[in-house]
Amino acid sequence: MSDFTSDLWSLYIALITVASIIACAVLLKSLSTRRVAKGEPVGTTGHTWDEDLAEWNNPLPRWWIWLFYITIVFSLGYLVLYPGLGSFRGIFDWTSAGQYQQEQAAAAATYGPIYEKFAREDFDKVTGDPQARQIGQRLFLTYCAQCHGSDAGGSRGFPSLRDNDWLYGGTPEAIKTSIRDGRNGVMPPLSAAVGGEEGARDIAHYVLSLSGRTYDPVRAHRGRDKFATTCIACHGKDAKGNQALGAPNLTDGVWLHGGSERAIVETILKGRGMPAASGITVMPAHKGLLDENRIHLLAAYVYGLSREPRK
Amino acid sequence: MTQPLRSLASVSNEVETALYEVRKKIYPRAVHGRFAAARWALVWLTQLVFYGLPWLTWNGRQAVLFDLGARRFYIFGYVFWPQDFIFLTGLLVISALALFLFTAIAGRLWCGYACPQTVYTEIFMWIERVIEGDRMRRMRLDQAPLSASKVSLKAVKHALWIAAALWTGVTFVGYFTPIQVLTDEIATWTLGPWETFWIVFYGFATYGNAGWMREQVCKYMCPYARFQGVMFDRDTLVITYDAARGEPRGARSRSADYKAAGLGACVDCNICVQVCPTGIDIRTGLQYECIGCAACIDACDQVMDRMSYPRGLIRYATQNAMHEGDGPRWFLRRLLRSRIAVYGALLALVSVVLLAGLYLRVPLKVDVIRDRATLVRDTSEGLIENVYRLQIMNTDERIHRYVVRASGLEGLTVSVRQPVEVPGATTLAVAVAVQVDPAGIKPGSHPIVFHVEDAEDPHLRADEKSRFFVR
Repeated sequence: MSDFTSDLWSLYIALITVASIIACAVLLKSLSTRRVAKGEPVGTTGHTWDEDLAEWNNPLPRWWIWLFYITIVFSLGYLVLYPGLGSFRGIFDWTSAGQYQQEQAAAAATYGPIYEKFAREDFDKVTGDPQARQIGQRLFLTYCAQCHGSDAGGSRGFPSLRDNDWLYGGTPEAIKTSIRDGRNGVMPPLSAAVGGEEGARDIAHYVLSLSGRTYDPVRAHRGRDKFATTCIACHGKDAKGNQALGAPNLTDGVWLHGGSERAIVETILKGRGMPAASGITVMPAHKGLLDENRIHLLAAYVYGLSREPRK
Repeated sequence: MTQPLRSLASVSNEVETALYEVRKKIYPRAVHGRFAAARWALVWLTQLVFYGLPWLTWNGRQAVLFDLGARRFYIFGYVFWPQDFIFLTGLLVISALALFLFTAIAGRLWCGYACPQTVYTEIFMWIERVIEGDRMRRMRLDQAPLSASKVSLKAVKHALWIAAALWTGVTFVGYFTPIQVLTDEIATWTLGPWETFWIVFYGFATYGNAGWMREQVCKYMCPYARFQGVMFDRDTLVITYDAARGEPRGARSRSADYKAAGLGACVDCNICVQVCPTGIDIRTGLQYECIGCAACIDACDQVMDRMSYPRGLIRYATQNAMHEGDGPRWFLRRLLRSRIAVYGALLALVSVVLLAGLYLRVPLKVDVIRDRATLVRDTSEGLIENVYRLQIMNTDERIHRYVVRASGLEGLTVSVRQPVEVPGATTLAVAVAVQVDPAGIKPGSHPIVFHVEDAEDPHLRADEKSRFFVR
């Protein structure tokens, strides 16, 4: 055992443990009997309270003494069965890690079949199953709601999962990949490429024009050319984005990092998901937290959310 | 401490002794009379309730069931949740105050008539009496040498005791696991380990306490027996031997004029000692061992009747009454003393509050949990939106449909699919987004209130406070 530099210490501690137990037994025995003269009372504790109140120096009640004896028997049994006597592991060979694994296995045996049943079912069927949706909601509230919100509506930097607008694709497989392996989107800082803030504003007005927002036509016209040289590599010629890269569609009026002119200019100049930029673009991988069957069920729940009619 | 002991050890005629008084087994004699009948009435009442209650059904489930696993506590029409713990607190406060009140009025009524220790001891002593006979026969049996008939009598007694004790254990566990399921499991030998443990544990406790420990529980183990002395005063009814009338005690013939012979009314028959379940002599006065069972009163009244003396040599009387006056009138006059008034008023107050609370209790609870990561967000319509998780607990046993509203800011709208349907005795988590037009609203935190209301019954509603953030 690495905790001890030699076996001597284990033996030393075991001896102290056993000696203490024996000492307790001897003490108990000596306290429960007294040597007194025949016919004489045991005597008092020697203190007088309230003028005339004294206490007989009798031992503890017998049931109490016996409780102590029982604890001694218990401790001996415990030390044989469980670890406690130096480095002796006990005949049960119990460890806290082992017990944890046992409990995990027991939980898996209880809940595993439920997930397995849904994992074998068709994705669309799971999406519509009320029990699966209930379990999915619990999983969502545990693992997803911190960033995407309890209602999956997201917020700045965290995409909404119910608007049927997908950065990385909304097919069952794409959603599963997002959950399982995570996503890491990057918008590079383009300050130099677009010619500083003025150039960025031009592009911003062109982008605003794409989703039918109010914009400055002069700037938008200038920005159009800059967009064609700088942005189409990722966002595409028609600015509809690229789900393989996670480049967002710029024409649908859904803004991950804000849709005001100022926010768009900041995105262009500083980028997103870069060390110096604000905003988070990382979706962490969940494969260590959720097994494949749970991911299946959770993906079906998220898929179902995007299909719900909104008022 | 060890010094005087060691010096004692040098004395020659000393012996080593265990300084314990060995329990002298008590053989209480059977007793009949008013108070014994009252106790048996309470034995029947409490045990019919205890053994019978788990078998009643209500709404297709066990009428009284404490489902610890699901944390639902069913008592007839009510379903209590852990959030209703205050009602249990109230019940315990009422029990304590009732105990105070009754003890102050008439001593250890609880101990003598209703305490499970007394009740089960009474049942077990009855079994013992049926099998082994009354006091003298039991004493003779215990002293008799081992014989086939002695062994068989003892075996039958213990078998019956164990059967009664185990059935008590099964009934007890039947309040926590549906008793029909439990008895099925016993019949099919599929009882779970914890159920088995608690049945055996509770059965063993019953057998040990009512069969073997008996008065020792009251004398040495029960804390209540010790602390109730502080609730006594000189006007508390306690079981009292009228020494002025009884002494000097002595044997006499029934026809003799004892007063002329200089004797009191006590014929010194010792029957009051023989019937005492705690083995005391009530004629030496009030003792802490006395559980107030009044067996000695019944016994003494019978002797007085046989002697044609007036009853009540041993009777319920207060200390003051013994010295200053007597009779029910005196007792009633002293009933209106301050401690009784205080206990009584508190008891009435807490009872009314508890009953009112039960009557006004709404079978709906709501918790609002704000989303913490997303404080504020903008909608595409230019509104400000906050997100909440509403934990709607339908504590009723049937399905309810609720409408969720929010108030506190001008123009608050709630977006959730209405009405929210929650099945019976279920908690539902509902994500709710609340929107407001930020124009004219100060940035910062604003108090709002969620109103969850039954779609059909507007009295069934719960309001819960939260905050709305505007930037």
